[in-house]
Amino acid sequence: MKISQSWLADWVELPHGGDALAEQLTMAGLEVDAVTSLAPGFHGVVVARIVELTAHPDADKLRVAQVDLGDGTLRQVVCGAPNARVGLVSALATVGGELPGGMRIRKAKLRGVVSEGMLCSAAELGLDEDAAGILELPAEAPVGRDLGDWLGLDDTVIDVDLTPNRGDCFSVRGVARELAALNDSALTGPASASVPATHDGVLPVRLAAPEACARFAGRIIRNLQPGRRSPTWLTERLRRAGIRAIHPVVDITNYVMLELGQPLHGYDLAQLSGGITVRFAVSGESLVLLDGREVTLAADMLVIADDQAPVGLAGVMGGQSSAVNEATTEVFLEAAWFAPEAIAGRARRLGLHTDASVRFERGVDFALPEQAIERATALLLEICGGTPGPVQVVEVPEHLPQRPSVALRAHRLQAVLGTTLEPGEVARIFTRLGLVAESTAEGWSVTPPSQRYDIQLEVDLIEEVARIHGYDRIPRLAEQARLGIRTATESRTPEERVRQLLVDRGYQEAVTYSFIDERVQTQFFPGEAPIRLANPIAAQMNVMRRSPWPGLAAAARDNLSRQQARIRLFELGAQFELGDDGEVHERQVIAGLALGPVWPLQWDLPDRRVDFFDVKGDLEALLTLGNGAERWTFVPGEHAALHPGQCAVVLRDREPAGHVGALHPRLAGALELPRDTFLFVVDVAAALGARVPGYRSVSRYPAVHRDLAVVVDERVLAEQLLESVRGSAGPWLQSVEIFDIYRGDRIDKGRKSIALSLILQAPSRTLTDADVEGVVDSVIDRLGSELGARIRD
Amino acid sequence: MDTLAQLLAQALEDVGGSASLSVLDEVRVRYLGKKGALTAQLKQLGQLPPDQRRAAGQQINEVKQQLAAALDARKQQLESAALEAALEADTLDVTLPGRGQSPGGLHPVTRTLQRVETLFRYAGFEVRRGPEIEDDFHNFTALNIPENHPARAMHDTFYFDNGRLLRTHTSPVQIRAMLASGAPIRLIAPGRVYRCDSDQTHTPMFHQVEGLVVDRGISFANLKDVLYGFVASFFEREVELRFRPSYFPFTEPSAEVDVLSESGRWLEILGCGMVHPNVLRNAGVDPEEFTGYAFGMGVERLAMLRYGVDDLRMFFENDLRFLRQFA
Repeated sequence: MKISQSWLADWVELPHGGDALAEQLTMAGLEVDAVTSLAPGFHGVVVARIVELTAHPDADKLRVAQVDLGDGTLRQVVCGAPNARVGLVSALATVGGELPGGMRIRKAKLRGVVSEGMLCSAAELGLDEDAAGILELPAEAPVGRDLGDWLGLDDTVIDVDLTPNRGDCFSVRGVARELAALNDSALTGPASASVPATHDGVLPVRLAAPEACARFAGRIIRNLQPGRRSPTWLTERLRRAGIRAIHPVVDITNYVMLELGQPLHGYDLAQLSGGITVRFAVSGESLVLLDGREVTLAADMLVIADDQAPVGLAGVMGGQSSAVNEATTEVFLEAAWFAPEAIAGRARRLGLHTDASVRFERGVDFALPEQAIERATALLLEICGGTPGPVQVVEVPEHLPQRPSVALRAHRLQAVLGTTLEPGEVARIFTRLGLVAESTAEGWSVTPPSQRYDIQLEVDLIEEVARIHGYDRIPRLAEQARLGIRTATESRTPEERVRQLLVDRGYQEAVTYSFIDERVQTQFFPGEAPIRLANPIAAQMNVMRRSPWPGLAAAARDNLSRQQARIRLFELGAQFELGDDGEVHERQVIAGLALGPVWPLQWDLPDRRVDFFDVKGDLEALLTLGNGAERWTFVPGEHAALHPGQCAVVLRDREPAGHVGALHPRLAGALELPRDTFLFVVDVAAALGARVPGYRSVSRYPAVHRDLAVVVDERVLAEQLLESVRGSAGPWLQSVEIFDIYRGDRIDKGRKSIALSLILQAPSRTLTDADVEGVVDSVIDRLGSELGARIRD
Repeated sequence: MDTLAQLLAQALEDVGGSASLSVLDEVRVRYLGKKGALTAQLKQLGQLPPDQRRAAGQQINEVKQQLAAALDARKQQLESAALEAALEADTLDVTLPGRGQSPGGLHPVTRTLQRVETLFRYAGFEVRRGPEIEDDFHNFTALNIPENHPARAMHDTFYFDNGRLLRTHTSPVQIRAMLASGAPIRLIAPGRVYRCDSDQTHTPMFHQVEGLVVDRGISFANLKDVLYGFVASFFEREVELRFRPSYFPFTEPSAEVDVLSESGRWLEILGCGMVHPNVLRNAGVDPEEFTGYAFGMGVERLAMLRYGVDDLRMFFENDLRFLRQFA
């Protein structure tokens, strides 16, 4: 909410202004977002009266005015404004003066007639958009006075970002009231006298939904003089609050809303048919709003209706059909109390956000409607003339908010704040805030005023006391805690360790968005139902990611285009899967991507690009952190995003827990990534599972090392060979490793030779040659029978 | 005895002329070997008259010793020259870079989070996590934000068609943790949060750390103390803080906390307050017995202040030139 300092000063004494005022408001919980100094964009502009007006000898559209500046001599000014007339008080930019945008005023001849200055429109002065004619100032404006001075343009606008609980501050008076409480000073402000009725015309008003609208004040004002314009002092205040002048009736209702906090609406009485009913909309009913938009109403939306149809969306915006216009001579003013819960959320659902709706959602003082009507009537009569009818108030008191007293216990105040306040100070704080407090045995019983919706619980009072006392005066107090040993499991590798391992192996951690482009997701996971956001922020961020891979792939491509040749990225985060139960399951995974040279550019290392086994090695290192290498296996697998011949499913205890492989060449093309891009992903819960080490005694007897080379069919997998050896070598086998693979002239096509290294050792004796031969023979037998392997000659 | 003198002179010349250890060894054999010249002289001693043998033997032995000493000296000389040459040959350019992988680095958000977690763990906080896809109850209702509450407008929420939503803050973890573990409780909850908002200073996804302490006798004064301590430790300097009254539906009294930057500006870093009694009740904790405080801070914000990053969006560009700065 933008509020001008000069307007505030009408309501409360300001001990300081500008930044100091902003600081005080901010520290009281009314956060000031911006303080804008409003120095006028012009100088040398004075209040001037046209005393003579004659036709220009050489131009039809120009006239020659003699203008009085109050200094005894008249200035001659050429003017083209249609509203220039004798007696009009307007603004004259004098010779030597300057207008916004840097235009300098010089003595000039216009079609042969000397002009000593320029009569200005509001637009030319930067005051308003109105460029239709020269500025019209009230007749009593002091001729000769500097315009900026007289309009009080040397003002400061303070933009207050109100929190939802402080609807009571949504007006000049509300902020002034807060300042009065903070400074312990009095709230002044224009007296709102009631304007007596001069006719007895009333409009029937029926409250059909009293729980939503329990009070409605209205007034008919007749005989308005059409064509009147709002005075500059008023439009200037509106402008500083960020509201454009439209029509005196609208301007006045806006003005009163800004001043008192009560939104009002003025209907063109002639456009209303019959009486007013405040009711909930019939579902599907439609209404064309003031801004020209047609909205379809829901059954929980409150409307103001005449005997025919809705004429306004209660507490949000009036309807177009009954809007005031240039010809309006009779208005019906409305100032109603709407329950916050009957208004809240409705505007947002319709994509609206209005000055009225933000106030009603937070709660408008239910004591305000009559005051607001009186204030608006007085202004309307002043500006447009007119004859007021009686103020009509229709209410259903039992549906008005209650303001029951709230108990505050002194000990609770002390317990929550951690400091003791003098009872006298607490009582004074309540008085300053306008809260009626009575002492009780335990503390206080406090009755909040009608405008305070936010004081219903003891803790609400505690907050008020703390706020006015000052948070900065609450001491720091170290907590007293019970010390005890906390648990720390050894059966889970810390997440930090996993991250660190990948970092140490050259990976850079990335954080990619959890929502991605459905089209990209479908390329990685064709046929899987996407988890769509109902309201994505952008079309390319519309589905929850099924994997971090698409995000990493995009990051890799972006980095390639930034001339980064060697890319290793990983991410630890959630992926989202649609379960068979229709529920979304979040799974924490670690995913990685590698492409480009395997080593950083170096003078002595082979210049080689990263391949499947580099990445698999990284993944294996990660998986063995938990001391459970034997639980993990890799088997050939399938994944739509991976190369069918370079894809392994990662199994933990035979259960799938991840994938590793080369990006599918088709996808690589589509994603503009090289074909040798490698990806891995593994379930975090599985990867972090750790085994607590269990000691086995170390044999004191020598180990025997045997190498075997076997020739097998190409289709036989390394893992099958190793499994076969492990299954047949017996208990002395300490390890079996593959140390060479050969394909070539010396063996048959379609077959490969694999060299195995076996280490045998017995726990309690030295193995004999016969022992070792026995093991080797049974291994060879088994390899032969299971896998068709034969010893290579 | 001219022969002996000549022999020595010749031998010493030969030693001096030996250019390698093998040549030197040949010299040694030539003179001192079984068939060597000096050995031959010794063998001839027997042919001398007995009265001359002693003196002659002494002379030959002196020559022999002289020669042996010369041989040793020359040997050492040659060995040391050989070592010198070998060392010279092995000399490397030690300024060439080492071989192998160069480490990557953690994302600045992780780096910041790990730091936050460490500091709070030292103060007895445990780390709890919760789902990113939440329901209305945990994200809003239980946190004292009923439907249509204006505060919901401040959370630009991402929804799914089934009514679920992406959590807008890490506060739902408070509810889940209290419902699961009751009070007393002392936790921080880091994680991703989502708001449907994107501009210079907002990204639709960012990270928060929630803190919650519920126990008997917990006060606003305790909250101030913890946050002062945290901020000073996090920035590794004494920082001036400002607690500004604010409003969050789930805490009361509520405050926003600003730090005084080195350039003298107040910068908002977190929101906090005393847990609202309705929230405690919604999570099954008796607000008469227990009080608590909670705080929530933006991790990117902390990282920006700590590392001087001036563009929030850099955190999600995954530009290696940016990320490598935090290795």
